[in-house]
Amino acid sequence: MFPLFRSAGVRFAAIYAGLLAVSAAALALYLWWSTAGLLDRQTEAAIRADAQGLSERLADGGLRALVATVADRLAGNVDDDAIYLLADPAFLRLSGNLDHWPAAVREVGTFYELPVTRAGMRSLARVQSYDLPGGYHLLIGRDVVVRAQLRQLLTDALLWALVIVGAMATVGALVVRGLFRRTLSNVSATAIAIAGGDLAQRVTLSGRGDEFDQLAEVINDMLDRIGRLMEGVRQVSNAIAHDLRTPIARARTRLEDASLHAGTTAELHAAIERATADLDGIVAVFQALLRIAEIEAGSRRAAFGRIDLAAPLAGVAEMYEAVAEERGATLTADLPDRLPAFGDAALIQQAVANLVDNAVKFSPDGGSVSLTAQASARGLEIVVTDGGPGIPKDERSKAPQRFYRGEAARHTPGSGLGLSLVQAVAQLHGGQLRLEDAAPGLRAVLALPATGETGVV
Amino acid sequence: MRILVVEDDKDVAGFVVRGLKEAGHTVEHADNGRDGLFMAVSEKFDAVVLDRMLPGGIDGIKILETLRSQQNITPVLILSALADVNERVKGLKAGGDDYLTKPFAFAELLARVEALARRGKTEGPATKLTVEDLEMDLLSRQVKRAGQKIDLQPREFRLLEYLMRHAGQVVTRTMLLEGVWDYHFDPQTNVIDVHVSRLRQKVDKPFPVPLIQTIRNAGYTLRAERV
Repeated sequence: MFPLFRSAGVRFAAIYAGLLAVSAAALALYLWWSTAGLLDRQTEAAIRADAQGLSERLADGGLRALVATVADRLAGNVDDDAIYLLADPAFLRLSGNLDHWPAAVREVGTFYELPVTRAGMRSLARVQSYDLPGGYHLLIGRDVVVRAQLRQLLTDALLWALVIVGAMATVGALVVRGLFRRTLSNVSATAIAIAGGDLAQRVTLSGRGDEFDQLAEVINDMLDRIGRLMEGVRQVSNAIAHDLRTPIARARTRLEDASLHAGTTAELHAAIERATADLDGIVAVFQALLRIAEIEAGSRRAAFGRIDLAAPLAGVAEMYEAVAEERGATLTADLPDRLPAFGDAALIQQAVANLVDNAVKFSPDGGSVSLTAQASARGLEIVVTDGGPGIPKDERSKAPQRFYRGEAARHTPGSGLGLSLVQAVAQLHGGQLRLEDAAPGLRAVLALPATGETGVV
Repeated sequence: MRILVVEDDKDVAGFVVRGLKEAGHTVEHADNGRDGLFMAVSEKFDAVVLDRMLPGGIDGIKILETLRSQQNITPVLILSALADVNERVKGLKAGGDDYLTKPFAFAELLARVEALARRGKTEGPATKLTVEDLEMDLLSRQVKRAGQKIDLQPREFRLLEYLMRHAGQVVTRTMLLEGVWDYHFDPQTNVIDVHVSRLRQKVDKPFPVPLIQTIRNAGYTLRAERV
């Protein structure tokens, strides 16, 4: 294929031009058929009618009557376009307005269009010959020189029209190609900019809301999502760089210190054990990170189904009641008998466990934590409230970020990943995590939509 | 017990083999899939510790599937660096009895292998569990110690049942989480310790000899303390 046709714009333009030309040609053909063709058919019909009439005369009155009728018809022919020639078996003229039998006319029943000389004038005629009894021949025709001129005129006009159509097709094709290129250049310029590293670029919308705008919107949505994922990856790698460096450095220091300074085997053992514990902590952080990444990737949606959360949530409450009690706090759970939802029960259970774990951890002595859940038409709301220090308003949006630890949480154990996981689970289910002020304390709401519809993470 | 370890990493394999031998087991080791499969099929073991990813063209899942297709029901513990849920499910579906993610604490591995090897030997469903003077009736769901009735919450009952079924063995916190609570994630707080300590209040505190022992860096075990 020509390299030119590798351009989709040229291809579309060629298709446009081709379609236009084909339809114009079809129109021209139809016009031709219904005008020039119609004239031809009228002529032929007239000749046939003549032939019919003359053959009746011949049957009634013999050759003589036929000669008389031909003379009559010629005399009565106002338009002076009728042509008759009666010839004997040797094709010699007996009667009629042609001087001699045209040499070209040999076959019976076929229309011929040929130049004739009639009364000294050259002209064009459409004729047909008939064989008569006794070996005589009859030629019936019509002078079609006027019609031929008309047909010529029509042909010229149509040819000119085709030339104009061709020109218009070319111009139209160029316009189509230009439009195509302009629309695409918008998208491709954006793509090039993004490939070059400028992730903030977006495809501009024409505002017409047409298919190209829809495409642009889809592409922009995709870019937004990629941007968010990239931002997430950047955050995680930063977090890993900063937050895991500390425990790794601590474990390393312990081991080096022990290998240099441990005086007794017992000291050495103790140092190694502490370093192992540090490393276990790092592994736990990695596992939490991987799990969040796994959830955010959305692959677990394949395992979604209709679930009842009543038992899993009751399990969480039961598990943490003892923990709360040991810390001098109380955990009360108010859960309905049935909590239908759509999703992954194990993940939601883990998310709620994280919320309750946090609440119990930050609860003051004698404080109370509550776990409630409500199903409504809009969806499911699981609420965990504590009487702890809460999260200041300006920190609330940052709290679910990976490794984020609020001021109040600096001195409690934790990885800073608990709320990240809750957020990831919420988004996987098309819901959201809301952190509100319980005055005092924190009110964490895990809202899940009622149906199976899941949002984009 | 006779245990087969199929693991290609020299350090991990050496560590596991040494540890299992120290715990009193007979250990065979294969460092590739082909030998591992051959040994697993041709010899009799009480348990197999199987790494998922092995050199030699035959990976752990393949070995497992071959074993199971030959009606070999030797308990298999899968060791893997692949932690995500799908991998775990894949391993268990292929016929694995337990799944442990690397890195792991040796105590965790030992406890799980011993639990698996023992499970293969239990004789039919019991209706009554007895450890020293502690008795559990699984039908009437009653617990008695030294003839004295002990009232337990449903979850405490299941926790004690799990400990009694594994009496004399070490059970780790993760095993309890999975076996009693069916949780496959690690709660940040040591919830298991809290629940075990509550159980102790009821089962051990009123009696002279404590049965629930804490094993440092490992978990718990149920047995009378030997002095």
